[in-house]
Amino acid sequence: MTGAKQKQAPQKEYDDIPGTFVFDADRSRQGYHINMFCMSLMKAENRKAFKANEAEYLDRFPLTPEQRQAILQRNYNRMLELGGNIYFTAKLGATDGHSFQHMAAVMTGSTQEDYAKMMLAGGRSIEGNRSKSKPEGRTKPASRKPSAKPASKRRTRAGSKRG
Amino acid sequence: MAKIIAGVSCSHVPAIGAAIDNGKTEEPYWKRVFSGFDKSKEWMAQAKPDVVIAIYNDHASAFSVELIPTFALGCAAEFPPADEGWGPRPVPVVKGHPQLASHIAQSVILDEFDLTIVNKMEVDHGLTVPLNLMFGSPKQWPCPVIPLAVNVVMFPPPTGHRCFMLGRAIRKAVQSFPEDLRVVVMGTGGMSHQISGPRAGLINSKFDGAFLDNLTKDPEKLVRMPHVEYMREAGAEGIEMVMWLVMRGALDDKVNEAYRFYTVPASNTAVGHIILENKARARRTRRPSSARGKLRPAAKTRRKRAAKRRRAAAQGAKHRDVVRSK
Repeated sequence: MTGAKQKQAPQKEYDDIPGTFVFDADRSRQGYHINMFCMSLMKAENRKAFKANEAEYLDRFPLTPEQRQAILQRNYNRMLELGGNIYFTAKLGATDGHSFQHMAAVMTGSTQEDYAKMMLAGGRSIEGNRSKSKPEGRTKPASRKPSAKPASKRRTRAGSKRG
Repeated sequence: MAKIIAGVSCSHVPAIGAAIDNGKTEEPYWKRVFSGFDKSKEWMAQAKPDVVIAIYNDHASAFSVELIPTFALGCAAEFPPADEGWGPRPVPVVKGHPQLASHIAQSVILDEFDLTIVNKMEVDHGLTVPLNLMFGSPKQWPCPVIPLAVNVVMFPPPTGHRCFMLGRAIRKAVQSFPEDLRVVVMGTGGMSHQISGPRAGLINSKFDGAFLDNLTKDPEKLVRMPHVEYMREAGAEGIEMVMWLVMRGALDDKVNEAYRFYTVPASNTAVGHIILENKARARRTRRPSSARGKLRPAAKTRRKRAAKRRRAAAQGAKHRDVVRSK
């Protein structure tokens, strides 16, 4: 996989949501080993081995160089982008002895103190945070429906030929 | 005959569990959250359900990315608390109700919901935190609990409509169980929150308020809400709220909102909570204490209510996309 750029997937509606990496089936596939690595940290002996030598421990998992780097640098947003899921990467944060709120603060580029203050003040406002393409206005609730016609269903069961 | 008497929804924030386990419930920050559930515990003590069906999601505890079932029904006799990295929570083992659970499984699968049946499963904060909020911290949970795990971790979760219709199918299953059981259905998760990425910390109280209003009065409005709207408006993880629609689907069309509580924040999350009673149950709680001995209504009343339920079910069947065998 080295150097080979992943084929660009078609634009997904939820990619328009700012500051959000949706853990979908594609990311689940791409990030399988990030998440399995994180899952392995549920065992004390694995946490110990990882802390003793992070790079060596990561050799146990067929990660891409980008994924590996993101883990070693604790770049949580990049991990999410490369297919990590927050409930899994949280296990890495816990292994480092960090609270969940600390990780959330890091992902938002804020200090834990400022982040906690923001939460106490009612959290991050939705205003201005709905859409990348329409940053100011309220986007309409998506009502688009798949227009695929079930043409296959119209086929007569016994085929068109008679007798 | 078993029947569903009420539905309860509430958030399942892990930090709430940690606050309980570490004795922080009296700290002002947490007291604000816990005091909102004082009435709920009273309500639950009065309601005294025989069984709780709890709709929740697993957070990389029982299921990793190796296996991602959309709906997984716990049919085991017991479900031990999972070790989520700090040792299992010091809460009682959750006892199941294998007879009712397997009856539900059989009924809803024949109703075309392809459930996964789980006979061995540990349960994490997603299930045990709501039990604490509703029952406190007893030595044993006061009644059996049937866990129904829904995938809301990997996109796409089941649609709101699917969740709602599963609730309907569960109701039908419960009503056809021969034993006289009073069942409460719990929907957990939410409300608005995002805990991942640069937009983490998102809260949308307006969305949450409207969601609670519609949950009581107009669930049809919520049933068709696309996933992207949950994620956009209520945060990437706010999509957990589809699980509340399983609970709502299991109730009558018209319900009595017995209680509501909402506060921001608990850690990263808006905490929302609602108790919805089926009207039959609501009537009964208003009866004077002198009549309390008569738990089972007269045969005539029961027949009347059964007819009403059938009419309600028939009305539900008019709902688009629904094919009913009856």
